[in-house]
Amino acid sequence: MGEKLLEVENLRTYFHTFGGVVKAVDGISFHLDKGEILGIVGESGSGKSVSCFSLLKLVEEPGVVEAHKISFQGRDLTKATEKEMTKVRGKDIAMVFQDPMTSLNPLYTVGKQIEEMLILHESGMNKEQRRERCIELLKAVGIPEPEQRLKDYPHQFSGGMRQRVVIAIALAANPKLIIADEPTTALDVTIQAQILKLMKQLVRERNASLILITHDLAVVSEMVDRIVVMYCGKIVEQGPVEEIIHNPGHPYTEGLLASIPRLRKEQERLDFIPGMVPNMYDLPKGCLFAPRCKYCQEECKNTMPDMVEIGKDHKAACHFIQNLRQSKDGRKEG
Amino acid sequence: MKKAAKRFLKSEFFFHYKKNLPAIIGTVLIGIAIFVALFGRQLLAIQNPYDLTQIDLSNSYLPPAWLEGGSWQFPLGTDNQGRCIFSAIIYGSVSSLTIGICGMSFACLIGTTLGLLAGYFGGIVDGIIMRIADIQLSFPSMFIALFILSVVGQGIDKLLIALVLVGWVTYARTVRGATLSVKKMEYIEASRTVGIPDFLIIIRHVMPNVVSSVIVLATIQMGDFILTEAALSFLGVGVPVTEPSLGLLVKNGFDVLFSGLWWTSVFPGMYIMLLVFGINLMGDFLRDELNPKLK
Amino acid sequence: MFKYIVKRLAQTIVVLFVVAMVVFILTNYIGDPAAALLTEEATYETIQEVREQLGLNDPLPVQFVNFIKDAVRGDFGNSYVYKQPVLQLIGERMPATLELVGITALMTLIIAIPLGVFAGAFPKSRISKLIMTGSILGISLPTFWIGMMLIYIFSVKYGVLPASGRGRTVAALGMQLSIFAPGGWRYLVMPAITLSLAYIATILRLTRTGIRENMKQDYIKFARAKGVPAGSVLFRHALKNALIPVVTVFGINIGKMFAFTTITETIFAWPGMGKLLIDAIYRSDRPIIVAYLMITSVMFVGINFIVDIIYTIIDPRIELR
Repeated sequence: MGEKLLEVENLRTYFHTFGGVVKAVDGISFHLDKGEILGIVGESGSGKSVSCFSLLKLVEEPGVVEAHKISFQGRDLTKATEKEMTKVRGKDIAMVFQDPMTSLNPLYTVGKQIEEMLILHESGMNKEQRRERCIELLKAVGIPEPEQRLKDYPHQFSGGMRQRVVIAIALAANPKLIIADEPTTALDVTIQAQILKLMKQLVRERNASLILITHDLAVVSEMVDRIVVMYCGKIVEQGPVEEIIHNPGHPYTEGLLASIPRLRKEQERLDFIPGMVPNMYDLPKGCLFAPRCKYCQEECKNTMPDMVEIGKDHKAACHFIQNLRQSKDGRKEG
Repeated sequence: MKKAAKRFLKSEFFFHYKKNLPAIIGTVLIGIAIFVALFGRQLLAIQNPYDLTQIDLSNSYLPPAWLEGGSWQFPLGTDNQGRCIFSAIIYGSVSSLTIGICGMSFACLIGTTLGLLAGYFGGIVDGIIMRIADIQLSFPSMFIALFILSVVGQGIDKLLIALVLVGWVTYARTVRGATLSVKKMEYIEASRTVGIPDFLIIIRHVMPNVVSSVIVLATIQMGDFILTEAALSFLGVGVPVTEPSLGLLVKNGFDVLFSGLWWTSVFPGMYIMLLVFGINLMGDFLRDELNPKLK
Repeated sequence: MFKYIVKRLAQTIVVLFVVAMVVFILTNYIGDPAAALLTEEATYETIQEVREQLGLNDPLPVQFVNFIKDAVRGDFGNSYVYKQPVLQLIGERMPATLELVGITALMTLIIAIPLGVFAGAFPKSRISKLIMTGSILGISLPTFWIGMMLIYIFSVKYGVLPASGRGRTVAALGMQLSIFAPGGWRYLVMPAITLSLAYIATILRLTRTGIRENMKQDYIKFARAKGVPAGSVLFRHALKNALIPVVTVFGINIGKMFAFTTITETIFAWPGMGKLLIDAIYRSDRPIIVAYLMITSVMFVGINFIVDIIYTIIDPRIELR
């Protein structure tokens, strides 16, 4: 560990729309080590997907992406041209989308769609080698009878099987990094765990890295090495998974953790975070979480808190982290 | 009322409209056409070209005013009977617009109602309506109209009937589809379970969902009907020769085109084009604006 | 597949039967065939005699059965005006119409699809806006008027193109065509432009909408994330999907082209079926009208069938059932 694969500094993605400017991603910085699995967590609209599309420069108009630095394997992607980006996409950084029902082209066979990746990024292969590779990939993602299924169209697969196909496509060119954007949200609960396990195993086997975007902290805690928590386009906390789960620094993370239902524990009712995600056109002046925060003070309403180091590799953006900790410790004792 | 107007002026729709030059041009063209149709005969027309006492054969085939031999008495020239083309266009545009608007309204009313019924109630009603629509849609509408008119003969009323018979299908199809998808929504199911009568559900919940598609279809169809009317009249099966019609004016001009008397057909045709162009510009804007798929 | 064809054939027969019935009932109101066959001085007795011979005094259902029987054998009777078998008359005129429609259809595809793809791919470009406004103009033009304007400019004023007729024809593809005759294109060019403008505009707009809608789909974003270059995303992924509705509409448009050849052929005195029909309507030549309607109905049904087959070739999700 320790060797950095990806470093992002001050990434901003703004959408200039009719109602005003939406700061979907507003000055986030994070990094990812080689072989590491990173979870990005947040509610819908928190900018977690947009930030990953921004890395690949796949944000459409009216979105504008700016960054101080997006360094991948020591190379600065902010300066890469569109043509250079097509070599990065799929080859170095591959993606898995949320909804397998819509992410495959309905008019081409599954085999063709995997092969496309090989034609684009593995130019040394001939037709026979490509076919073998496709079969190998389908086998790896657990699709039975891969030789026959190559000739099938996406609509002939179930949702879970389609997502396996999408994963096979993502793996095809042996990327260094896979970004999975809520890969199991659209699937049945029983299949979710299978797919996640499969992804983790495949990524580890190939010594690749993975960014897992999700709104489900429970999913993340079992899968990832480190967590980034986002709220309204900003990172509010990041750190190793153990630290975040057992020692959250930000009230938002604390709220997310409290709202995970636990089977074994007797609970009268589930905790939840009061209030709603603020309107992106009209964000609060101070801390973005202030209107929903139970620890909110006058200072929170007026000034935006900075990121502070609160443990080894563990940072959070809150004015009252120490107080928060103390009050929790107090509760534990009492 | 004032509030509604204010809200409209601040809406996204109006914001886009202000920036859309084609849509504004469309509005202007439609506005002019409506003005001409409503008041043109009293305010603009030089003569009533369909009143035999007002036309003089000795004035036949005068060229437009700016050419040699033309006079400002007949700004766009005259035809074989000495009729003022300018006035004839004004009179003809009234029938074009009337046929376009009336035909579209009836077709829209009938088609939308049938589509709602078919989509909401399903079963035999749906089966019958949609089979008829299917058969009819496998034939071009121009063709069906031509056939109906060749059987029943000429006349504005007959032309209207033909257009409505041809035009209801598009609405029925679209509205039925939209109704089917709305019907599956849970809030409709919920309204039904609490015992709200069907017709109220249709009016309150289903209608608003299909209105924007119907507006777009209606706009486009109006242009289409005006063109069809002109084409059928040109072929001699639409409006009878005794009635004013832009299509007939062009047809009359065609007979003398080879003698170089171009103005008798150029100006009426151009007026049809501008009229339909205006409507279609508006329809195009509405489609882009009201089509949620593109947003 | 076999099952589908059988089912489809059954449907076709039902549709044609319905059409035959409607046509038969309605055409009963077009003039009196007996009167049309005779001179004005014919006495009541002779008219009755002819009516009896033609079977016009039989009850309607009997007449209808006889009509269907004859129609199946391809016998639509003789034209009142030309005194020839109607089927033969239409057969002679058909190649001209087929040629006109064929050339128009080809022109439409070659021009409309590239323009539509461009306008869909670069919606903000000035050229796209020009294409789109031009296409609205294209659907707003009265066909007959455009034809006349072309005649006035190219034939009357400058005399570079012939205003009417088909010129010489040569035998090709099993019929008499003028496009392969030397200089034959000069006769075709104005009618084909006149007929095609509206369809170029429609197909262009549909292609553009299809491209725009599909470019917003997830699978396009996924293709981009795979590293597919922009050009391939457009042509390999988006275009194929965008063409699905184009196929249907193009099929319908070919039908419309046949309907509008009536106008184009009238203007350019193109000796095809459309002109024959219009002349027949003027003269109440009932057998021609009936035969024309039945023959074009069969053609339309055939076109729909072909469209369905093409559909399944491009879209694997659709099964022929």
